[in-house]
Amino acid sequence: MTTALFRTCPDTGFKIDLKVDKLIKWNAVTAIVFLMVGGVFGLGVAMTRWPAVHLLPADWFYLALTAHGVDVLLVWLIFFEMALLYFCSAILLNSRLAAPKVAWVQYGMMLVGALITNVAILQGDSSVMFTSYVPMKAAPAFYLGIILFAVGALMGCFVFLGTLYIAKKEKTYEGSIPLVTFGALTACIIAIFTIGAGAVILIPTLLWSMDFINYIDPLIYKVIWWALGHASQQVNVAAHISVWYAIAAILFGAKPLSEKVSRTAFFLYILFLQLASAHHLLVDPGLSSEYKIFNTSYALYLAVLASMIHGLTVPGAIEAAQRKKGYNKGLFEWLRKAPWGNPVFSGMFLSLNMFGFLGGISGVMMGTEQLNIIIHNTIYVPGHFHGTVVVGTTLAFMAFSYWLVPTLWQRELVFPKLAKWQPYLFGLGMGMVSVLMMGAGTLGVPRRLWDMSYSDAAMPYEFPAAAFLMMGLNGVFALVAGVGAIIFIVQMVGTVMWGKKKVPAAAAPETAAAPAAPARTPEASAVSSYGSAGTMEVPGTFVLALIFLVTFMLYYFVNWKYLSSVWGLS
Amino acid sequence: MAIFPPAKAVWWNEPVEKSEILWVVIALLWSLFMFFMMPYWHITGKQNLSNEAYRISADAFAEKTEAMADKYTVGEVGDTGVPIVAPPVGTDVYLYGRRWEWWPALKFKKGETYRLHLSSLDWLHGFSLQPVNINLQVQPGYEMVVNITPTTSGEFSILCNEYCGIGHHTMVGKIYVTDK
Repeated sequence: MTTALFRTCPDTGFKIDLKVDKLIKWNAVTAIVFLMVGGVFGLGVAMTRWPAVHLLPADWFYLALTAHGVDVLLVWLIFFEMALLYFCSAILLNSRLAAPKVAWVQYGMMLVGALITNVAILQGDSSVMFTSYVPMKAAPAFYLGIILFAVGALMGCFVFLGTLYIAKKEKTYEGSIPLVTFGALTACIIAIFTIGAGAVILIPTLLWSMDFINYIDPLIYKVIWWALGHASQQVNVAAHISVWYAIAAILFGAKPLSEKVSRTAFFLYILFLQLASAHHLLVDPGLSSEYKIFNTSYALYLAVLASMIHGLTVPGAIEAAQRKKGYNKGLFEWLRKAPWGNPVFSGMFLSLNMFGFLGGISGVMMGTEQLNIIIHNTIYVPGHFHGTVVVGTTLAFMAFSYWLVPTLWQRELVFPKLAKWQPYLFGLGMGMVSVLMMGAGTLGVPRRLWDMSYSDAAMPYEFPAAAFLMMGLNGVFALVAGVGAIIFIVQMVGTVMWGKKKVPAAAAPETAAAPAAPARTPEASAVSSYGSAGTMEVPGTFVLALIFLVTFMLYYFVNWKYLSSVWGLS
Repeated sequence: MAIFPPAKAVWWNEPVEKSEILWVVIALLWSLFMFFMMPYWHITGKQNLSNEAYRISADAFAEKTEAMADKYTVGEVGDTGVPIVAPPVGTDVYLYGRRWEWWPALKFKKGETYRLHLSSLDWLHGFSLQPVNINLQVQPGYEMVVNITPTTSGEFSILCNEYCGIGHHTMVGKIYVTDK
């Protein structure tokens, strides 16, 4: 029944369906190419918002901003996630891929869609921003490309689900799917919801832009569009948390502290995280506070709870594994002795911390109904999401690429020394970009604005000098991060094309020891060990988590204090 | 390991380590606290949106705004042609955004409350009052009512912080607040 050809990965021992191999490679490389394109547009944006440089003219600025959003937020991340879905299903389960032809349709549709939308944007009459709020109208090709892209992604989701099904049926693994695959499944389920919501709003909008429909309510558009726009960010969250777990396992042989807790946390995402949408409508007319509060808090902040759990269990798993190896001195020897020079680890660990401290905390601030009044549509908002999708998701994906690309292609990195520095350059550079934008946003600087000096306005407004300074420094750190991004892209493309072929590893890393179909304790012994099984203590991680919590609480109350100082609204 | 199936088939019975349970409990309590902070602020806080909103056409809203301006205009912002309107305390005040202006300029008294009606005549706009930093979304077709009480005096600017086309960066309006 199975006609798939396999090779065995010399590094990991996984059985790899040759068709999957190719699909993962094409999706990952295409993702990285779009990261480059979107990154260049992003640099153009940052250099224009640097008041002293003010690089692009207004029309090009808005064009570049639209392209930046589409190419990195959508195209780079989702192409990479397709590679991840195939990796987490076929490879981790030692299975063949369900319907490889459909997977190629996924690739083709996404590529064609991305190109169509990019061409529409470059033609200049679709500078409507990533959000394309009606009644601002883009060329039909803008929406058409995104729809094709989304349908392609949907195909990828089905291939993933199909692969889970045949792997189960063909018994390529025993017991439950791995935690990382479970995380990918979470991402996939949220993605299907997301794409459904996208279809509901983008298809009518396409028809409207072609003059077949004459009116789309702008408020309804926003409500439904954000079920696509915000829920799709939860796809990224689920995906990059899976990547954190995967990296902890690959580098440290880390076991989840508790399968039960980590899986429950992912399940909370499925239940609540995709509620997100009101976050963008907290200061809009026409929606009640009850709806806003319920939706924006994901029920009772249960999805935030889930993220806080992962924030403990991921580093906790690493701590437990390190302590088992004897790094037991004090609270933090396990962390000090971690491989900080390995970009797979440093990228992942920076991603974990900055996602929590920058992206996570600021996200809760903006999502608090009343606090949104002092944040909505200021540049604080891009500050937040550069803390989630850039230093969180993108950095995690970069870290994973440092493992995935050399392993899949069986080639050595071309510039291993530069690779050591890359996560710090990109991660810390982008971390500062995030912080500085949040700082300027706190002073009221609007997002998506070509000229913050208002020199062309009939009525003047002057921001405080600190706001200009922060936007200038934002440009400087965007350059630093840009250098980091360029190193990453050169590294990956170079490795694929000119990397030295790996000699079949004599002494493979620890994970190589794992057999293709990993052995596990027979059920009988599992039952007998229940209740007496030793669990590892993770005091260091617990202290880090408490530091996070205190920061979170302090910043939360600072914002309420700030809010209480503005004019009365009732 | 997280990349392999759980070592034990019956993973859902495994004991959970104490500090992990403790963290889940702490995080849950904090989550609940943050949730109830929002309704709490509705009761005790002084910065809440009224949720009062109506559907309205651009023409109808423009008409109401102009009627108000006709009655209460007290001056002009520089030589921009934009009138400064000083509506009586407690009355309905209208302000619209359109590409690329806020109309009209308003004059308020500090410490008094006004029923401010906001709408857009064309695309989405963002009402961003600076340097106070109050940010509201202004939708075409919807009239949002905000009871606003200035607590500081001086000249304030309304920036547009929702991208609204090529002249977005020129869209600035004014609110003046005088001491009583």
